[in-house]
Amino acid sequence: MRNPSRPLSPHLTIWRWGPHMAVSILHRATGAALSIAGGIGLTWWLAAAASGPEQYARFMRVAHSWIGMVVVVGLSWAFFQHLFSGLRHLLLDTGAGYELRTNRTWAIMTMVGSAAATLAVWAYIFSARG
Amino acid sequence: MGNGTGIGRVRGLGSAKSGTHHWWMQRVTAAGNVILVLWFVFSLLSLPALDYETVIKWLSSPLVAVPMVLLVANVFYHFRLGLQVVIEDYQHDETRIGLMILLNFYAVGLAALAIFSILKIAFRGAAG
Repeated sequence: MRNPSRPLSPHLTIWRWGPHMAVSILHRATGAALSIAGGIGLTWWLAAAASGPEQYARFMRVAHSWIGMVVVVGLSWAFFQHLFSGLRHLLLDTGAGYELRTNRTWAIMTMVGSAAATLAVWAYIFSARG
Repeated sequence: MGNGTGIGRVRGLGSAKSGTHHWWMQRVTAAGNVILVLWFVFSLLSLPALDYETVIKWLSSPLVAVPMVLLVANVFYHFRLGLQVVIEDYQHDETRIGLMILLNFYAVGLAALAIFSILKIAFRGAAG
């Protein structure tokens, strides 16, 4: 147990906010969102398909409602953000990419990449499926 | 260092010799996820539609059902490891034990339901 009379080392309250911090917390937030909403959504989809056409139709109605679409589009962005920032982490694990400018550049690139990939996927879906 | 009993060794300190296992499995499952989830996303995008018949027919193929089972196992293992760290970072009292058990129930329960569903569709076959 932590002794509350001892101070914690300062972090969020003292450092200037930067892209690397944003990407770090986004990695955690998108990971949690994918675990909960993504995990339940994927399992619901599979269980509905295994339960027959009526259950599957019910799932698809929820998925196509506006709130369902917000969740699905949000999860697609969360997936790309978590993917790109996860690949960045695997690279950082090798000891590369800690120089200030490089680190900042690739932190920003994960966010640019996830926005671009999400847009590309949904543009493809709406152009191919109407 | 303690000598003899297990609790003596724990109190005397020293590592449990498994400190890097969690970290390493997080990376291994991450690499697996890159392959499996990208395959899943591109497969869904290449299906003509996501209606019942198309999805059942797609999931009935062994070359889809097996990667889907691997995907569920790998993804759920990965997020169980990840959410464990989130709990450890924010819960400093006894509630973390309860949350950790809940996390295990959630990950294993959901994975079992997902894998059973895939297998049920796959074993029934496209005709059924």
